[in-house]
Amino acid sequence: MSDTQPQRSVHRRSENPAYAELAASKEFAQLRRRYRGFVFPWTVAFLVWYLLYVVMSMWAHDFMSIKLVGNINVALLFGVSQFVSTFVIARLYAIHAQKSLDPLAEELEQRYRKAVK
Amino acid sequence: MNTQVLTATLFILVVLVTIAITVWASRQNTGTTDFYAAGRSFSGFQNGMAVSGDYMSAASFLGISGAIALTGYDGFLYSIGFLVAWLVALLLVAELLRNSGRYTMADQLAYRMKQRPVRTAAATSTVVVSIFYLLAQMVGAGSLVALLLNVESQGLKNLTILGVGALMIFYVVVGGMKGTTWVQIVKAVLLMGGTVLITVLVLAKFGFNLSELLGAAADKTGKGEAFLQPGLKYGINTTTKIDFVSLSIALVLGTAGLPHILIRFYTVPTARDARKSVFWAIGLIGSFYLMTLVLGFGAAAMLDTGPESEVALSGGNLASPLLAEAVGGGEGSTGGAILLALISAVAFATILAVVAGLTLTSASSVAHDLYANVFRKGTASEVSEVKVARIAAFVIGGIAILLAIPAQKLNIAFLVALAFAVAASANLPSLLYNLFWRRFNTRGATWSIYGGLVSCVVLVAFSPVVSGKVLPDGTTGSLFPLGVDFHWFPLENPGIISIPLGFLFGWLGTITSKDPEAEAAYDELEVRSLTGAGSEKAVVH
Repeated sequence: MSDTQPQRSVHRRSENPAYAELAASKEFAQLRRRYRGFVFPWTVAFLVWYLLYVVMSMWAHDFMSIKLVGNINVALLFGVSQFVSTFVIARLYAIHAQKSLDPLAEELEQRYRKAVK
Repeated sequence: MNTQVLTATLFILVVLVTIAITVWASRQNTGTTDFYAAGRSFSGFQNGMAVSGDYMSAASFLGISGAIALTGYDGFLYSIGFLVAWLVALLLVAELLRNSGRYTMADQLAYRMKQRPVRTAAATSTVVVSIFYLLAQMVGAGSLVALLLNVESQGLKNLTILGVGALMIFYVVVGGMKGTTWVQIVKAVLLMGGTVLITVLVLAKFGFNLSELLGAAADKTGKGEAFLQPGLKYGINTTTKIDFVSLSIALVLGTAGLPHILIRFYTVPTARDARKSVFWAIGLIGSFYLMTLVLGFGAAAMLDTGPESEVALSGGNLASPLLAEAVGGGEGSTGGAILLALISAVAFATILAVVAGLTLTSASSVAHDLYANVFRKGTASEVSEVKVARIAAFVIGGIAILLAIPAQKLNIAFLVALAFAVAASANLPSLLYNLFWRRFNTRGATWSIYGGLVSCVVLVAFSPVVSGKVLPDGTTGSLFPLGVDFHWFPLENPGIISIPLGFLFGWLGTITSKDPEAEAAYDELEVRSLTGAGSEKAVVH
């Protein structure tokens, strides 16, 4: 029976005009700017930081082998710093998203709900 | 007490607990949203655990600590890409995908593209990536269980592959996404618990002084300071160095393109929960790899890791289990037997959770993308779609079992790295273009997926992993036997070439075609992905 109902499982654009209105709004432009302004530079930063680590591990053997404290060398510290930077960037993004993105996103989502009612 | 009996008992316990969870989770498993996305009812924390459980395979748990035990620093170096990769998922993919997709990776692309070509392409790459990964896991499972039970029998290995295959089909067919997710959560708890326990016991042996542990490892292995410096594994010559850079790029960009990771973001009610999932996953996975550092160097410091040792002969896989035995009191002691059995059971649970996630991912894509949308053009009912998904899980699981049994004799460890390379070359370019580039269109999407996929597979087919690699002991290091050599691509990891190619094909396909509909729909996709307006909601039972 239900097999005769078309478009059951289709996932595609709705062409609801509410989307175009939101897309043109000042608030959405601001949300996009805040989102991209954070994620693009940070993505470049952590990728460069990680590649620097990989390249130096391969081609800067003497520098990476300098001993700092006891048996802890630069290579180990550099490796552990990749963990630290990953945790810190994740935390920074969570704070940024909560403070600067979520309120705007919620407001726009509310507006969409009213528009499609 | 006999370790083998204890280990086998714990294995059976893991099986019984996961079966019970799956049956319990199957009560509310009727519609497509339940089956594919667990009704979107998991919390961010729960899903974060499940993501970690899905991601940390036996290859990470046993393989990385083993690599550190055998090659020192380079094993640690290898583990870091697996963590940093999560920032790509957190910053660029998880939330936007949760808001704009529905059940599969293809949903996100199909939202503004022509349904059939894009879904066919995305489903192809989903199934290829998942089968590669699944095959590597299942073959690993056979030898691992034999190793952990300390029984050297081909029959037991075949039986294990069959048993693991039957269990994963059961989890997926009966439990759907909900059952699979709970199996992954249980596994994550076991894995973290077991790892913390052994790490603390190892550190206690060295007065909680990491420097002392490292010194003991360097002395015991006889490799001295070189053991604590990069280079023992990847720094042999310029080719191995470039090969490692290529592998690193594939790891860091591939994670956010792995279909079995992507569909996990659909199991939470909102994009904020998807963000929390990744945040928790980063915490869990990061702590896990830091502990692996202790386990690996601990094994090097406390066990015999010479060329004829058990650890070396197992390719490093026995480093963690034998280390557990050593810190528990050594061979023959009760504490040693208990810890060895415990860590073996954790490894077994790890295998089960990962293969279940992969089977579910392929089955979902076959049913939702190929059957419901390409074949039935969106006219299939939910009931028939879920039925097809269950049949697909049977078929894919069956194929994986049939392929894994003969594949045991082959050297197929490269398949995991290949899965990451395909995910980074075929899936990530199309996902990122779709989310951030208005002009991106149907041809661009299909070209980037097929282009990235084919580049990866062709480069690997003509690389030393398939033919022409002779190991120092005179045996073959390739898929093909000695004497067959048709390789011309010098690297084992294609990422450094195939990822730029995937992006290039996507760009080329886009600028050589016009698709005004796809461009017009970008506004809707962008608003939806950033605000969640109109996104799929959780099911209320």
